[in-house]
Amino acid sequence: MNILVCLKQTFDTEERITIEDGQISDDGVEFVINPYDEYAVEEAIRLRDEHGGEVTVITVGPDRAEQALRTAMAMGADKGIIVDDEDLEDADEYSIAKVLAAVIDDLEYDIILGGYMAVDDGSAQVGPRLAELLEIPHISTITKLTVDGDKVEVEKDVEGDTETIESKLPILVTAQQGLNEPRYPSLPGIMKAKKKPLEQLDIDDLDLDEDELEGKTKVLETFLPPEKEAGKILEGELEDQVKELVGLLRNEAKVI
Amino acid sequence: MNFDLTEEQQMVRKLMRDFAEGEVAPGADERDRTKTFPVEIFEKMAKLNLMGLPFPEEYGGGGGDSISFAIAVEELSRVCASVGITYSAHVSLGCAPFYLFGTEEQKQEYLVPLCQGKSLGAFGLTEPQAGSDAGGTRTHAVREGDEWVINGSKCFITNASYAKFVALTTVTGRKEDGSPEITALIAPTDAEGFQVLDSYVKMGLHSSNTTELVLENVRVPADHVLGKIGEGFKQFLITLDGGRIGIGAMALGIAQGAYESALRYARERVQFGRSISKFQVIQHKLADMAMQIELARNMVYKAAWLKDQGRKFTKEASMAKLYASETAMRVCDQAVQIHGGYGYMHDYKVERFFRDAKLTEIGEGTSEIQRMVIAREIGC
Repeated sequence: MNILVCLKQTFDTEERITIEDGQISDDGVEFVINPYDEYAVEEAIRLRDEHGGEVTVITVGPDRAEQALRTAMAMGADKGIIVDDEDLEDADEYSIAKVLAAVIDDLEYDIILGGYMAVDDGSAQVGPRLAELLEIPHISTITKLTVDGDKVEVEKDVEGDTETIESKLPILVTAQQGLNEPRYPSLPGIMKAKKKPLEQLDIDDLDLDEDELEGKTKVLETFLPPEKEAGKILEGELEDQVKELVGLLRNEAKVI
Repeated sequence: MNFDLTEEQQMVRKLMRDFAEGEVAPGADERDRTKTFPVEIFEKMAKLNLMGLPFPEEYGGGGGDSISFAIAVEELSRVCASVGITYSAHVSLGCAPFYLFGTEEQKQEYLVPLCQGKSLGAFGLTEPQAGSDAGGTRTHAVREGDEWVINGSKCFITNASYAKFVALTTVTGRKEDGSPEITALIAPTDAEGFQVLDSYVKMGLHSSNTTELVLENVRVPADHVLGKIGEGFKQFLITLDGGRIGIGAMALGIAQGAYESALRYARERVQFGRSISKFQVIQHKLADMAMQIELARNMVYKAAWLKDQGRKFTKEASMAKLYASETAMRVCDQAVQIHGGYGYMHDYKVERFFRDAKLTEIGEGTSEIQRMVIAREIGC
């Protein structure tokens, strides 16, 4: 079974976000595999261990993103592909999906996994976009995956209930929290990771027209959310409280 | 010159940080209060092949280097120094003597199960009358036929309740100058006449295992000599050099944990209308902590790096251990101070860190002994 995992390197979720010159600063920041993508890596390794085959992890990003691939290899992925994003200008989800599709077009695969979204941009678009480009079915935010022959059965959370969906390989699925508990890389895994094959590609290496990769969206402004202010506790008779609350919502918060 | 960790070392750091936060930190306060030894943590570490981290894969080890080992001890100690010292002692006192001095058969028989985590490692050195002065060793072994008969006692021995066997220093005779001939013997802890007592009431490190060993006519086969007869003294000096990197890393981790806690508290705690981290007096305390920790880290990693390069590291290991342990005490002292009354309470953790830190100025050679070692190394 050929299993592909698309992953993104993101800020460690513990990092404090600072903005310099209108951009998020990554000075001295620790990077990790996007937590949702980590579920995808774990699921891919389990699939491989059950059905045999190979797990290839793929990312589009700067040099440092190689570390995320190595970590996935330390967990057990077999090989990696990194596409340098240096030549990508104003890239967005559209661009990244195009690049991934170009990489994957040349590969044999039965199933593609990814996180349902990245914790930094939080757009949840790359997975479905990629499936559309590859013209394969996709199911997002899965919490359980079973593959039997070419039959695929997944579960996903819907409005407090569980939905079961059946489909067929080849397919793209995206992982939601609850799919599994990602393993720690073992020490021998870490030691072996560096020796596993890692292919480094530039945009030029792919059958793509650079002009067609420009994003379809524009970032107008980047700003931090306003600092949380202390809450207000209303006092007095219930009727007065309700009146005051409505007044505040209308005049101060201006939400009604 | 290059201060960057290698890719593997960075991954070990990330793994140990995640493991420490996910598996070791939860329950650390409770274990300290109830004096519970966390067997399950070491089982999990064994599954990740961490118990033999710096030893070759052919002996079941992880093939890592001393810097990675120091990082592992540091990250464990950052959340729970009891786990840190257990792991450090297992590797540098338990496993290392077999790796450094054992015959091939002894490595297969003892080092392999230690690296696989089937037994914890312990080293029987200290005695009531013999700390850093090994000349005071009273435990003795007499050759009877094909066996050694060992009598004596050991104190402050880490991990022995969870060890299937220990290496012990024993007096096996007198040298020509009258000084004791010290030989390390390997004894199974379930041998007849071998008692392991776990009854100390300690200041800190409550969830680590510290024991007394009592040996009454314990018989071991003649081939249970670790390395060669009469080399015990030399062996233990070499072993302690490596051990000091471990204790230095442990002190570093304790200091880091206490400092992070103090910084977080100082940012959150509001007095006189602003967070106390805005007061210069608190800022200076935190700045000193950050600086001393950074210096201690550089020294600990440098000693480990020298060891990895196969170079002499006795002086640097002593400096690292001495500086890191004194840093840990100062940092914990100030971390409790910054927390004020809350710092004196168990729930705020720095109280535990402060008690645990004190051991690092004592174990594997006191600060006074470290200064002696450094003085000797610089030619005094």
